[in-house]
Amino acid sequence: MSKDKLMKPQKPVGIVGYGAYVPRYRLPASEVARMWTGGSGGVPIQEKAVNGLDEDVVTMSIEAARNALKRARINPQDSRAVWVGSESHPYAVKPSSTIVAEAIGAVPHTQAADWEFACKAGTEAMQAAIAFVGSGMAQYALSIGMDTAQGRPGDALEYTAAAGGAALLIGPAAEAVALIHGSYSFVTDTPDFWRRAHANYPSHGDRFTGEPAYFKHIMGAAQALMEAVGRTPADYQWAVFHQPNAKFPQRVAKMLGFAPEQIAPGLLSPRIGNTYSGSTMIGLTAILDVAEPGDRILMVSYGSGAGSDAFDLEVTERLLAVRHLAPSTETYISRRTVIDYATYTRFRDKLKMS
Amino acid sequence: MTNVSIIGVGQTKVKEHWDTSLRHLAWYAIEAALDDAHTTDIDAVFVGNMLGGELSKQNHLGALVADFAGLRGVEAIRIEAADASGGAAFRQAVLAVESGLVQTALVVGVEKMTEEMGAPATAALSTALDADYETIHGLTLAGMGALLMRRYMHEYGVDVSDFAGFSVNAHANGALNPLAMYRNRLKPERFAAAPQVAEPVSLFDMAPGGDGAAAVIVTRHERALDMVPQPVRVAGSALATDTLALHDRKDVLWLAAAERSAKQAMIQAGISPEDVDLFELHDSFTVMAALSLEACGFAARGEGWRLARDGEIGRNGRIPVSTFGGLKARGNPAGATGVYQIVEVALQLRGQAGDCQVPDARIGMAQNLGGSGATAVTHILRVD
Amino acid sequence: MEVSRHWRLQTQRYSLVGETCDTCGVKLFPPRDVCLECEAPAKELYTFTGVGEIFSYTTIYEAPAGFEHTTPYMIALIKLEEGPLVTAQLTDVDQEEVYVGMPVEMVTRKLRTEGEEGVIIYGYKFRPAVETAVQ
Repeated sequence: MSKDKLMKPQKPVGIVGYGAYVPRYRLPASEVARMWTGGSGGVPIQEKAVNGLDEDVVTMSIEAARNALKRARINPQDSRAVWVGSESHPYAVKPSSTIVAEAIGAVPHTQAADWEFACKAGTEAMQAAIAFVGSGMAQYALSIGMDTAQGRPGDALEYTAAAGGAALLIGPAAEAVALIHGSYSFVTDTPDFWRRAHANYPSHGDRFTGEPAYFKHIMGAAQALMEAVGRTPADYQWAVFHQPNAKFPQRVAKMLGFAPEQIAPGLLSPRIGNTYSGSTMIGLTAILDVAEPGDRILMVSYGSGAGSDAFDLEVTERLLAVRHLAPSTETYISRRTVIDYATYTRFRDKLKMS
Repeated sequence: MTNVSIIGVGQTKVKEHWDTSLRHLAWYAIEAALDDAHTTDIDAVFVGNMLGGELSKQNHLGALVADFAGLRGVEAIRIEAADASGGAAFRQAVLAVESGLVQTALVVGVEKMTEEMGAPATAALSTALDADYETIHGLTLAGMGALLMRRYMHEYGVDVSDFAGFSVNAHANGALNPLAMYRNRLKPERFAAAPQVAEPVSLFDMAPGGDGAAAVIVTRHERALDMVPQPVRVAGSALATDTLALHDRKDVLWLAAAERSAKQAMIQAGISPEDVDLFELHDSFTVMAALSLEACGFAARGEGWRLARDGEIGRNGRIPVSTFGGLKARGNPAGATGVYQIVEVALQLRGQAGDCQVPDARIGMAQNLGGSGATAVTHILRVD
Repeated sequence: MEVSRHWRLQTQRYSLVGETCDTCGVKLFPPRDVCLECEAPAKELYTFTGVGEIFSYTTIYEAPAGFEHTTPYMIALIKLEEGPLVTAQLTDVDQEEVYVGMPVEMVTRKLRTEGEEGVIIYGYKFRPAVETAVQ
């Protein structure tokens, strides 16, 4: 059954360029705990990445996209689409994608659109890009997953809601640094997490976000994809799952039969938090920074509301030739400046100024 | 040498004039100048003003000021060249009289800066800079001064404290000027500890804004001789320009417009720098004072600061500057500043400078700069 | 609301697009259509690499309206590797680290916003060069 539902384009496609971005500021989880629990109790991660006062999804997407283009070494005008997936687009109405497209020099002969599906907005843009290129409609299409995630002060999500993401340029398989053998999506109406229009912060169903939401959808998509492409966890060198915290991706990996080493390079949430639409994709860029030709990678996103997109990838020789052309994911992660809770409230516009 | 002479001057104290409006300030200075010249016979009014539109929501100052000064009907316009507006307005009056088309012209520089304070006032002053390429990045006038000062320090190997002499001198003179905004003496050791405005520019490097107005009446020299006992001749008058933005200059540390206008004015006056008895320079920032001295030929490149350090800018020094306190202590009412400078030089040459008097002053120079020095107006006045 | 004036400049602001002089080859930023060196027409577009070094710098403590919520912030004159100076904010840097001659690179950031409801103005800033990964 799954085999029929495998999303595989007619023309072979792959990732021809990739780029990460993580802002430099870090809020230790202990700071959130200090503020709201008197420092008692456990914390879900070590620290999270926080965007500076002059950063938003647009500026961060521009930098990630420029990094992807540096590695792809293509003329930006040849990209037929610039798609930005996020749940923190700076405008409610006005595309982030046109600003990004303008800044990277892709305009005007291009598609541009913003995507939204909680934390999987980036991977759905990626699927659309696969289809765009795979159908022959485009030579290249740029997909970006980027967020400056919101967390209500004192809420469990405040520890993890972070800023960062990645850009993946999809193009013909012949130019790929990683082939995309197929994709699979798994979606239901599951109200585990949402943000109503005009609300500043999201709401969530607490532990309801786990078993019937995150685990069910990731498992569903991952297992169906592996079945459809005829592979098992042992066939993959690497895997990356959406990372709302440190625990969930490790547990889902174990449930699916992946060893801790397989997810280690892409497991960034303990050090940068949950970058929402960027989370799975920046996990992939971290893996691409260390992977070898021939390595297979399983990538599964999760977006609340709810659904998962799974991808089967294979690294090519070309990766080694372009990897060094832009800053690595680790370069951004290790470029860190710790801030306190007061600075965080200022950077995240939580101070009442009027 | 022009055929134009000053027959009357007037000025208000520079301060926060909470109870006085823009038009009243202008009127008080005009009234004083008319009294000084013993005439009400004015043919044209030139209003130097920078911020009327931004801070008082009032443009069209020519007609407003003329009307309010009882001169309704006469030709009147506002001249704007940022904080060189006053000097530029004075030059327009000189040109008008020199041309023969206007017999007697009145110049009033007026600025009402305290209608707004804080960030809106800083934004208004920043309109002197390049809006598209400087102020959009948050640059302010103080920031511009700081970029110059930091580079000056880097290239010439000087320290913040090496600029202290300019402010110490200005305050020493301002203390003797009853119309100055700040009349406190400044201790050199306090200079380096001043609060930062735009590092390395501190409160003690930067001239304070204030409300004020100054007025000057000019007419043809032969007529002036009949009207007043001691006319002050406009010996040289020149205005030059440069790029608005520092980044467009090939040589950031050289005030090319200041040099050009000073040279032209000195050629007209037939003098050279060593003939100048006092120099009212545009010390909006200490570094601007140093750069002005260099551009106008009073110091070699990179050496302007030495004049302040070596005490050569005092009233008995080689080249006295800021003799009534300068922008730093008298206060810097932006578009009025250039007219204050003319008033002050005229008083010095008339021997009416009181405690601020420079001994035996015969030739005085005033140089008014706009923003980064993109406009430079130099006037040389003399008495025989 | 200033929409068109920022829209008009966005190519320059987003990606440092300037001009090159047809006659003497000098690179110009900001573009001004007439060469600063030889005064010949300069209309051919040129995209700067964004690589340069700090020529001078300051930290602004008293900000103009529109920037008061971002103080203190740093502004520099940047000497681009192609020659011109450009005025821009420094970002992602601590004040103590900055020095004349520091290598920097262009990034696109928010310059300011027009209040809560107005447009967001993006443009160039500079930061210490981030190293590219070396294998």
